[in-house]
Amino acid sequence: MENLSLQGSPKTPTVKMDTEKGVIEIKGRSIPENSIDFYRPIVEWLDGYAQSPAEITEVNIQLEYFNTSSSKCILDVFKKLETVYKKNGEKGVSINWFYEEDDEDMLEAGEDYQSILKIPFKMVELEE
Amino acid sequence: MEFDVEGWYKKVNQGDVVLSHAGSISTKAITMILDDIEQALFERSEKSKLKKKIYNVVVEALQNLYHHTDNASKKVIDVFGEKFATFVLKKESENTYVFYSGNFIYEKNIKLLRDRINQINYLTVEELKILYKLILNNNEFSDKGGGGLGLVDIAKRTGCKFEYSFNSYTENCYFFCLKVTISV
Repeated sequence: MENLSLQGSPKTPTVKMDTEKGVIEIKGRSIPENSIDFYRPIVEWLDGYAQSPAEITEVNIQLEYFNTSSSKCILDVFKKLETVYKKNGEKGVSINWFYEEDDEDMLEAGEDYQSILKIPFKMVELEE
Repeated sequence: MEFDVEGWYKKVNQGDVVLSHAGSISTKAITMILDDIEQALFERSEKSKLKKKIYNVVVEALQNLYHHTDNASKKVIDVFGEKFATFVLKKESENTYVFYSGNFIYEKNIKLLRDRINQINYLTVEELKILYKLILNNNEFSDKGGGGLGLVDIAKRTGCKFEYSFNSYTENCYFFCLKVTISV
């Protein structure tokens, strides 16, 4: 299975998904008008990855802004990771949710996902 | 009598205006507008928290305009062009900005939007947070690619009550005016 790499743009995040290392990164802004189109290859990649994931999957989400249609797609991403978590057990997936120190809304967004999913999140505060 | 769109726009487009727009709303236009707003807020040296709130609200509001502006009647297109929408972002007082938007809407779409706004205005911020999570997890997307969360998100972030009006323009076509207050 090939790695997935998408270059960031003013409206879309940089995405790096490494099959062998089991590292998934989404960084930047996610504010496209049509988020479904943008996230489709990511969700499809995760479908394949979930079939035979790395022993440990590390997920780093560091978003500066995301719009509400992205928020639903990001939940889909997490739901795919939940299947990996169920397969590999508690230490099989670690999710790091990064937020800037004064950005309560971003922290709250991470907490919202955590409350919906059965997968632990680590909230990581970034100094500005 | 038809609503005076230009008069309304002139009236709200006064004061300490950060950015205003009256014209077609496209993905390209939104990218440029967001860039301009970010630059303008940077130059104003506003608090980071306030800048982020404003930016988030503007993103959702512009994308609502992009997805939900109706082309309405032939007359509207002849006078204003396709996908016409307006907005004004201005500073009202220390730590407080207001965002006005205006767009055409078919009469048949008014009830759904009015009910949604009234529901949101009725809820407390804590209740909005619960509603947001429910909609976030409902696995539904509209045929326009929206998640049905835009207005809830704006209300949750700002804690403001929406001020709005539907103004008759031509038969079956109204001009929808919305005011959002953003403060920290």
